[in-house]
Amino acid sequence: MLHLETGKYAAFIWPAYAITAAVFAGMIVSSLGYARRWRKKTEALTDHRADPQP
Amino acid sequence: MIPAPAFLSNPERFMAFSRWAAPGLALIATALGLAGLWFGWTAPDDYQQGATVRIMFIHVPAAWMSLFVYACLGGASFLALVFRHALADAAAQAAAPLGAAFTGLALATGSLWGRPMWGTWWVWDARLTSVLVLFLFYLAYMALRASLDDEVKAARAGAILALVGLVNVPIVHWSVDWWNTLHQGTTVFAKGGPRMSAVFLTPLLLMGLCYMAAFGALWLTRIRGEVWKRRAEAAALRAARA
Repeated sequence: MLHLETGKYAAFIWPAYAITAAVFAGMIVSSLGYARRWRKKTEALTDHRADPQP
Repeated sequence: MIPAPAFLSNPERFMAFSRWAAPGLALIATALGLAGLWFGWTAPDDYQQGATVRIMFIHVPAAWMSLFVYACLGGASFLALVFRHALADAAAQAAAPLGAAFTGLALATGSLWGRPMWGTWWVWDARLTSVLVLFLFYLAYMALRASLDDEVKAARAGAILALVGLVNVPIVHWSVDWWNTLHQGTTVFAKGGPRMSAVFLTPLLLMGLCYMAAFGALWLTRIRGEVWKRRAEAAALRAARA
């Protein structure tokens, strides 16, 4: 059974999980965006698609 | 010369390998993360920490990753500096922002745990201070690379800085043994085995493996971005000369 009741520590536990989620989301978005941006620039400059995945 | 695996020594092979390895690791990280969260939130409250023990499941793996990623950064920098390995330099550059994120996460979640347990958000003890220094090394590495226009000079200067920063890694790890700190001593990798109940150790290890797999997926993705970037810059240079 899930113990989601965090009582008096809720003000510390939930922000910790929120920050973790935000940092992971940031890392995922920035990493995928970085790879995709440079792949598209390379394709635009070389006009070929040797490896289409980011 | 140290022989490198084929997928590491050849950018084409690396791109072929990472094309399936990155999403594969992302899937593994997702599965491990879901399992870790389940075991973490079904575990009972700790007799001392109460519900704040759940912060440990996201804080401790971030702290582990802060050191592991810096070791990767240092190792890749060594290969780039000594063997002029282009992919190694790309790997070092790709690791730095991820390492900074994990270290910042460890500091932030540690602070959120410290306030209710220690009564303070921050204390200048050896462990916390050495982790802050680690964070500053990541930032300095990224700032140095961004500040130099010459890629070769930037890579060399960054690699030297990264290798200097490696000195801090054992200091962070053994700081709780070398000095009296408010931060608790080694718990999981202690001599004689983990000093922790299985009910807490299971989600902690699952989350640790989740963070490791997530880092692998993100690192490979960022290295791919670095390879694309270098190809784009080379193509732009060729176009300018033509």
